[in-house]
Amino acid sequence: MIKFNKSFWFGIVFSLILYGIIRILLTTGVLDDVAESTLILVCINVMLAVSLNLINGITGQFSIGHAGFMSIGAYVSAILTLNFDVPLVFALLIAGFVAALFGVLIGIPTLRLNGDYLAIATLGFGEIIRIVLLNTEYVGGASGLSGIPAETTWTTIMFFFTLLTIVVINNFIRSSHGRACIAIRENEIAAEAMGINTTLYKVIAFSLGALFAGIAGGLSAHKFYVINPGSFNFLKSFEILVMVVLGGLGSTAGSILGAIVLTLLFTALQNTPELRMIIYSVILILMMIFRPKGLLGSTGLSFMKFGKKEAKPDDVISESSSS
Amino acid sequence: MEYFIQQLINGISVGSIYALIALGYTMVYGIIKLINFAHGDVFMVGSFIGLFSARYLASVGLPPVIVLIISLIISMTVSALLGISIERLAYKPLRKASRIAVLITAIGVSFFLEYSGVFVLGPQAKGFPEILNKKQYQLFGSSVQVDSNQIMILATTVILMIILQYIVHRTKIGKAMRAVSYDMEAARLMGINVDRTISATFAIGSALAAAAGVIFGMTYNSVDPMMGVLPGLKAFVAAVLGGIGSVPGALVGGLLLGTVETEISSLGYSSWRDGVAFAVLILILIFKPSGLFGKNVREKV
Repeated sequence: MIKFNKSFWFGIVFSLILYGIIRILLTTGVLDDVAESTLILVCINVMLAVSLNLINGITGQFSIGHAGFMSIGAYVSAILTLNFDVPLVFALLIAGFVAALFGVLIGIPTLRLNGDYLAIATLGFGEIIRIVLLNTEYVGGASGLSGIPAETTWTTIMFFFTLLTIVVINNFIRSSHGRACIAIRENEIAAEAMGINTTLYKVIAFSLGALFAGIAGGLSAHKFYVINPGSFNFLKSFEILVMVVLGGLGSTAGSILGAIVLTLLFTALQNTPELRMIIYSVILILMMIFRPKGLLGSTGLSFMKFGKKEAKPDDVISESSSS
Repeated sequence: MEYFIQQLINGISVGSIYALIALGYTMVYGIIKLINFAHGDVFMVGSFIGLFSARYLASVGLPPVIVLIISLIISMTVSALLGISIERLAYKPLRKASRIAVLITAIGVSFFLEYSGVFVLGPQAKGFPEILNKKQYQLFGSSVQVDSNQIMILATTVILMIILQYIVHRTKIGKAMRAVSYDMEAARLMGINVDRTISATFAIGSALAAAAGVIFGMTYNSVDPMMGVLPGLKAFVAAVLGGIGSVPGALVGGLLLGTVETEISSLGYSSWRDGVAFAVLILILIFKPSGLFGKNVREKV
């Protein structure tokens, strides 16, 4: 599944250098606690956006229930570290796999749906997960879980999982399986006629996306001490979707950029709490009106040919097929 | 049995509100295939305009029924204008863009209305004036109670529904709306002004949502800037339940959802109420994706 080539190693080396620089800046105190906190937030959002991009942008399955997977990961990992003293890394991995299992469970019945109907169904599933959590006493009901050990630090653990997410998903996209997913996005019926098992690939995309969303959820739970069902409502799902679309649907680099830009924007607007959401929404509307394809369009993540269009822009194809 | 009928009556009055909002969703979706997430917030704006005009008119000293009718009309007119301006400013420039871009814009408009509401009016809930005095009526030998508010809600819904049916089936603009929703390009070629028709659809949908907002305020006596989120989502569920794009479907879906919800609450599971609404939605989508009244469209290759 994982392809090793020049561009891949270039990316890894680039990330390690970036890691080294930030590590030095953190230890020498150039970047303070607030900056580290923002950095963790950026990384969590990058993981969420990249994993949602696999489902929405690459496979073309319109899902807006990503916060549901995130909440499963957050709760599972929190319970494992709180009640069973599982080390954080294992708790995160188990949380990711439980979320992936839910991805399969949600993927299978909703495969008959497409487009807006799938979007509504995933939104419904996300809300059902939230309401089930809200009504389960074991996980604290509406007040949620608190006292979760705050073990998420930017160094090593956050960096490692973010890099893992990007590497696995980006390599998956560029493998033959990823090509199959793109074929499903472009034209599902044609893809099926060409012998692609559309059901299998949709389920794979859903569960892989859910896996990393679950890990990201676990990481955020171990960052903020407290989790409650309210923090994983559909607004959170929208927030992730906005990152993906703002960066450029179908582009891993775009998702990363979108997550970074929006997280920094949100942090910067924290000083004007009353106007924060108004400014945010106006930026969102203007952005969509003047650049509906997102910041990077559908440019792929590749360090050797950065900025070069990877494939034909998908809107040309979808426009001709819809009319 | 009486208990069941009592819950049915309560359910119908909740369902009428959902039905009125669902109509706006279903009409807009039928015509430009957009899930207008800002619709729930138009409902909120309508409710606040109803509140302010009712307060003013009552202070002038008009009789309650006149206050209700005039504030309904004011709220519906202003919301219709709001709906048209949202469409013109935010959605019209995106007619050619991908649907996901329009959807994100709709989410942006929704946030804008919510947080502008918080900014202008403050986050705390406001009391809605009691326009009509509540009167209780006993049915079936005093075992079932109906209050005047519930009768008013049902009457308003039925009247608006009849007007809507008349507009859609008997007027020129209604005919244009049906033509555009059937095939936008062909309608354009036949000389129909598509942009004006879409504006009219937004105007009618927003006016109905505003009416629902006023009724909601009168039923629950409390309104706040975030009140549109959940009823908006539920109304959307109702629209899908009935078959999105179908006007009678929205009515039936709304009433059905309202009834199911009140029955669940009356059985003591009120905290599961919203979950059941979404579970119903998913079951419907899996077994009959086009909804109860929707047309089954086969995918063409």
